[in-house]
Amino acid sequence: MLKLRIIPTLLFNNLKLVKGISFNSWRTVGSIIQSVRLYNLRKVDELILLDISATNQNNKIDLELVNEVASECFMPLTFGGGIKTIQDISNLLKAGADKICINTEATKNLDLVKEACEIFGSQCIDVSIDYKKNKNNEIEIYSNSGKIKTNLVFEDYIKKIENIGAGEIILTSIDRDGTMKGYDFETISYVSRVINLPVIASGGAGEFDDIYNLVKNSEISGLAAASIYHFTDKTPLDLKKFLISKNIPIRL
Amino acid sequence: MTILNNKVAIIDLEIGNIGSIFRALKKIDCNPFLCENKNSFFTASHIILPGVGSFDYGMSKLIEKKLYEPLVESIEKNKIPFLGICLGMQLLATKGFENDNETNGLNLVPGNVDKIKIKNKLKLPHMGWNEVSQVKKSQLFENIENDKDFYFVHSYTFDPEDKSVVVSQTDYGDQFVSTIAKDNIYGVQFHPEKSLDNGISLLKNFLKC
Repeated sequence: MLKLRIIPTLLFNNLKLVKGISFNSWRTVGSIIQSVRLYNLRKVDELILLDISATNQNNKIDLELVNEVASECFMPLTFGGGIKTIQDISNLLKAGADKICINTEATKNLDLVKEACEIFGSQCIDVSIDYKKNKNNEIEIYSNSGKIKTNLVFEDYIKKIENIGAGEIILTSIDRDGTMKGYDFETISYVSRVINLPVIASGGAGEFDDIYNLVKNSEISGLAAASIYHFTDKTPLDLKKFLISKNIPIRL
Repeated sequence: MTILNNKVAIIDLEIGNIGSIFRALKKIDCNPFLCENKNSFFTASHIILPGVGSFDYGMSKLIEKKLYEPLVESIEKNKIPFLGICLGMQLLATKGFENDNETNGLNLVPGNVDKIKIKNKLKLPHMGWNEVSQVKKSQLFENIENDKDFYFVHSYTFDPEDKSVVVSQTDYGDQFVSTIAKDNIYGVQFHPEKSLDNGISLLKNFLKC
């Protein structure tokens, strides 16, 4: 049986591993390579590595870093941040990324995602969506690491992503990000039901009982989290053991 | 037999996760090198065709790089041990049906590659860790326990005509073929280079073939 994936997310900014709250108040939380080494030793299911400064500072994608990280990483590695062209994707796969994830560029140009899927196969192309809810509880999609509000209509956008053949959706609630107050149950469970792609929940992971509730009542494929692993004594293994005790299929 | 001196030719279709497979092989101290042209095959002790990517694009790259014929010759005539990973295994087939195209494969293991049939709300791609159930003994799985999890990421599966080549199966809605072995030809649908310790063991086992 296919297992639910437990995925630590590593965010970095000019080579420093960082974590913020609602895409703000960034704190440096250590070295990227050390963390990757640790997660490899702990045999996590997968890692997501996001360069949060690449798009906004117009930085080149740091292929050397990807190369270095991948050398420590014998589990699947997803890389995101600053991807704009087919050549970027080809370079990243060569450098050792297994999947790439596109956020800002997808909001502007879904044709890039489509072309990438045709060339590299759906399975290595993720689209990441950052969103907030407004006063009327409507979902608004943001690009550029949460800095720019787009006019995209959420329901249309997720359907389009599915139709052009993307491989996976990583769904991050900016409101919940870093708060450890629980995933956005409503939106995540909704998307996981209407979209026939793997959906990764991200933003707000906190109490294990809440996490179990989301897993039990949705069709999600993976749980991404950062703060609970950086700032509490909980590890991916603790979460795995907890979910196994609740009969969720998990790889140990 | 030591695997230290093995010269493993990695075929680069420019769409695969070449970096990952290089790293995994270096981790086990063998000598991978990039297979650029037909001469590369002469010095190879083993050949690996890794891959993410689509069937038609993969085949067209093999042809464009003029690697198609030397590859078939190395496998069929010179009997060099070959491992196809994911798309690399699928290309062994007679035909692939992807991106609405019917494409001829290498036809080294007769059979077809087709999209996974979705049922019971299953998602595509089949992405993540899933059990590999060995149905037949193979050197590839020496010292690897049965039903261990390996990492999969694919939407298509290979259905070989001759079921005696099937070494393992995996369950995703239906049982599909996750490992094949035929003479010196091996294929795995999962990614050993991304499956932590068990994956590394499998690569070691292949290099002893």
